[in-house]
This record gives sequence, structure tokens and C-alpha cells, in this order.
Amino acid sequence: MRIIVSIKRVVDHNVQVRPRSDGSDIDTTGVRMVINPFDENALEEAVRLRERGIASEVVVVSFGDATVQESLRQAIALGANRAIWGQAPAALDQLAVAKLLRHVAQREEASLVMLGKQAIDEDAGQTAQMLAALLDWPQAVAVSELAIDGDTLHATREVDGGSESLEIRLPAVVSADLRLNAPRFVKLPDLMKAKRQTIEALDCTALGIDLSPRLQRARVETPPPRPAGQRVGSVTELIAKLRNEAQVIA
Amino acid sequence: MSVLVLADIAASGVALATRQAVSAAQHWGAPIDLLVLGSTDVAAHTQIAGVRRVLHADAPQLAQPVAEDLARVLNGLADDYTVILAAHGSLARNALPRVAALRDVGMVSEAVALLGPHSYQRPIYAGNLLATVDNRPGLQVLTVRASRFEAAALNGHADCVAIAVPATEGRSRVTGHKTAAGERPELGNARVVVSGGRSLGSAERFHACLAPLADRLGAAIGATRAAVDSGYAPNEWQVGQTGTVVAPDLYIAVGLSGALQHTAGIKDSRVIVAINQDPEAPIMQLADYSLVADLFDAVPELVRHLQPEATA
Repeated sequence: MRIIVSIKRVVDHNVQVRPRSDGSDIDTTGVRMVINPFDENALEEAVRLRERGIASEVVVVSFGDATVQESLRQAIALGANRAIWGQAPAALDQLAVAKLLRHVAQREEASLVMLGKQAIDEDAGQTAQMLAALLDWPQAVAVSELAIDGDTLHATREVDGGSESLEIRLPAVVSADLRLNAPRFVKLPDLMKAKRQTIEALDCTALGIDLSPRLQRARVETPPPRPAGQRVGSVTELIAKLRNEAQVIA
Repeated sequence: MSVLVLADIAASGVALATRQAVSAAQHWGAPIDLLVLGSTDVAAHTQIAGVRRVLHADAPQLAQPVAEDLARVLNGLADDYTVILAAHGSLARNALPRVAALRDVGMVSEAVALLGPHSYQRPIYAGNLLATVDNRPGLQVLTVRASRFEAAALNGHADCVAIAVPATEGRSRVTGHKTAAGERPELGNARVVVSGGRSLGSAERFHACLAPLADRLGAAIGATRAAVDSGYAPNEWQVGQTGTVVAPDLYIAVGLSGALQHTAGIKDSRVIVAINQDPEAPIMQLADYSLVADLFDAVPELVRHLQPEATA
């Protein structure tokens, strides 16, 4: 069984993102980039499935400019067998990524595609579901537990107010919640080894797929700041303020 | 031109989020139909003001639908609508992207403001930034942050129409459903959240200090990434950009400094309280009420002063 894991390169969550001065987009100049944390959960689970002998190969794919190769090498160091760099314009929306992933999943005859439940930059949470629809495969979204038994996948997924268990016949698309696992840390020798591995380059514009964005970002701005707070001197004062001024406690 | 709203599944009556989604749907000034699933209280839904017709899709597989079945129902209706909209809950998050993909259109997730017929404002980077997004003209598929919209009144009287439901394809099924354990509300929907950071010092002290306060307030318990990484709290308690984004009425931050990815995930809380020994900690600047104190004194004192409150 072959698993495709899709990873997105995003701004590190420790970085304060700011709009460009003209408000057209985010200023990413000189900003540290990392693998989307939820995609790391997806990758970790795929690697564990291979380590347990359930999957035979884990192929990692990422779309974007040449810099995504760094994330792909890291993914190889974390256990992926090989990597595909989808050379693509930077501004791909979720639907375009889903179309490209469909191409890769079909070409690779994958049984399972895994990705994070959302990317921490866009917070859209759409790509897995769109991909599943395009492939006409079932899906398990925001998965916190996963087991595979033959061609049946058992998943627990996070839903409003609790969790839901699903039974799915493969092939399928799974998106990972933070709770799925604790990803391993990359080891330096593995990273050195990964640097020597060849990454396949795939020209996404030559596939005859309509990648034109449905969504256009017109403007990015900082939300209005919260009104300045006040310092209270004691617990009794705090309780009085919460009760009488903010009226959030009885 | 008309708008289709997908109703949330409510155990009884109408979900508040459904009424809020209907009121968001008024934005287009077009007739609004409401899709109600399974054995939901259909009569109650016909009373939502502004709804023209309630479409009732009644089939056993739609009581707790898998996305594949729900998307098929919505896709079958999509020809008659220019907008398909729902509250940003797990039901819509699961199914609406499938509908958008089947229709070859983009989808807007969690719009907080509706600006034009296909222009929206939505949070990105866990609410650190707001983006204005233009979708292409044509079918609009979106979810809205329901709490940003007034709930529609319950004085309407819509018609009710039963619709045909395609058979389930059967490659996936829901085998169980578990409500969040215990008396504590779920982190993402709680009215009050009490969160702790690394200053709590150990898993035992984290629990011993925060659980009584959470009990008194009927609150969910949250934790910083640092506290989770230190093993003080399970990772499902993590609040922030890389955990759960929360927007409760009251957020109490105890012994946490306010790292960027944490504060990004709490910014939409109505009232933020910070208790910290360091008056210069970033969380103290963000908080509406900040108290400089030793948390091991202040939190027990808070507990003593608070009357037990019934949970909602």
C-alpha cells in the first residue's frame, strides 16, 4: 500500500506575521518557514504505518517554488521514502492543490492520501475534502486515531461536542488532527542523508490542469486592537470587575 | 437567485448557529431555503424568520451523515441556488468543501463579514490577520462564524418540502459517536476557559490548581504549547494557532506568558483575565484585567470567592 502525504510550507508559528505596507498580502521577507504542524502529524502517522508493515511506501509531495524542497528533504529525514516537488505558481488555492493531488494520487496508484486538517496560515481546512470529492473517495477529516485492517480504515475524528468513529473502505483521504500523534524530531544525520536524495520535479503547469485561483486575496490587515486593559490590585477587585463591569460571571 | 442554508443538527429545537446562519444569508437579499437533515425537529425550523422553505432530507444515513452522503444531497440541490452557506461547525466543514470541488468552485471558510455578493472578510493565521477575499462570481460556497451574526427570530412560518435522498454509497459509515467526556464543556465551544502555562510546574500542580477553578466556573481547561510539551497537560488541551482556537466569553490565563501562537488563538475571547507574577509578560498587555500575583495564592483565593455556578 502506498501513502501520499501532502505537506505545505508555512510561516513558523513563533513569527509575528504582518501585512505588507500596501496591505496586498503578508510580508514573508526573511521569515522562518516550517512544515505545517498538522501536516507533520499526517507524515508521522504515515511513517508509523510503514514501520508497522501496513504501508509499503510513503511519498511526500509539496507544491510551490524551489524553497519547498527544503521541507521535502526534512520530510525524507523524518521517514518519507521519496519526494515530489510540484513546481507551481505560489498563489494556488485549495481547489488547485486538490486537483494537483488528485493527479499525483492517481499516477502513484495510492491507497491513502494524508494531510493536515488545515494549514496554519490560511486556516481553510478544505483541501482533504476537495481532494476526496475529486477522486470520488471517502474521507476522514480531523482524525485523532487511526487503524488499518486490510482494506478497512477505522478512524476517530474530532467533531463539535465530541468525537465520531468512522469505518471506511480504502482508498481514502485522511486529514490529521494534532491529537493523532506526537511527531518525532528530525535527526541531523538523517537530514544529511536526505540532502543527497533526488527530489522529483513535476511541472504542474504542463499537466493541463486548470490552476487559476477561484479565490483572490484583495487585502490583508491587522484586526482592530483590543481596548487597553486594566490592572487590578487583588482577587476581590478582580471578581467585582468580572461580576459588575464585564458581567461574565454570576 | 436564492440562498441555501444547511441547518446544524440539533438534539431538540433549532441550533442557535442555524438561526445565526439564516441571518447571515439575508446578506444577498434573496429567498432563503433551509436544508434540515434526518429526524430533526422540522416544525421548529419552519419558525425561523426569513426562511422561505424548509427542505427536509429524511433518511437514516443523514441522522449523523458522512460527508460523502451529505455532499451528494447538497450537490443535487446546487443547480437551484447561487449561495450555499452554513455555520462553521464540523458538519459543514466536513461536507461543503466536497460540494465546492464537485462544482469546480472555490470555498470561503469561516467568513466573519460579508462585504459584497462574492467578497468576504475572514481570519487567517489564527486570527492574527484579517483577509479580504474575492470569490469568483457564480455559485458561492461558504461557512460563516455564526457568533458574528444576530440570531434570526422564531416568528416565521415557512413551507416544508420533503426532498428525495440518494442512497448511501456505503464505502464509509459512522460507527459511533462520543460526547465530550465528563462534566466539562468542550474546549472549542466553552463559555469559559481556564488555561495554564509552564509556571504551574508539574502535571499534578496543573490539575490541582486549575481543576477547582474550572469546576466553579463550569469552564473547559486549556494549556499552552509549553505546558503540553512539558507533559503537564494532554495535547488535546492545547490552545492556540497550533492547537484549538477559542473565543469564549471569559478566558482566564494562569501562569502563562502569552507566546504569539497562544495569544493568536485567544484574541476573539470577549474578556481575557491574566494572572501572572511578571507584570511585563505579553499576556498582561493583552488582558482586559490583569492581576500581578503568585498564582498558587491567587487561584485558590478566586475559587473560595466564587459561588458554584450551574453549567449551561
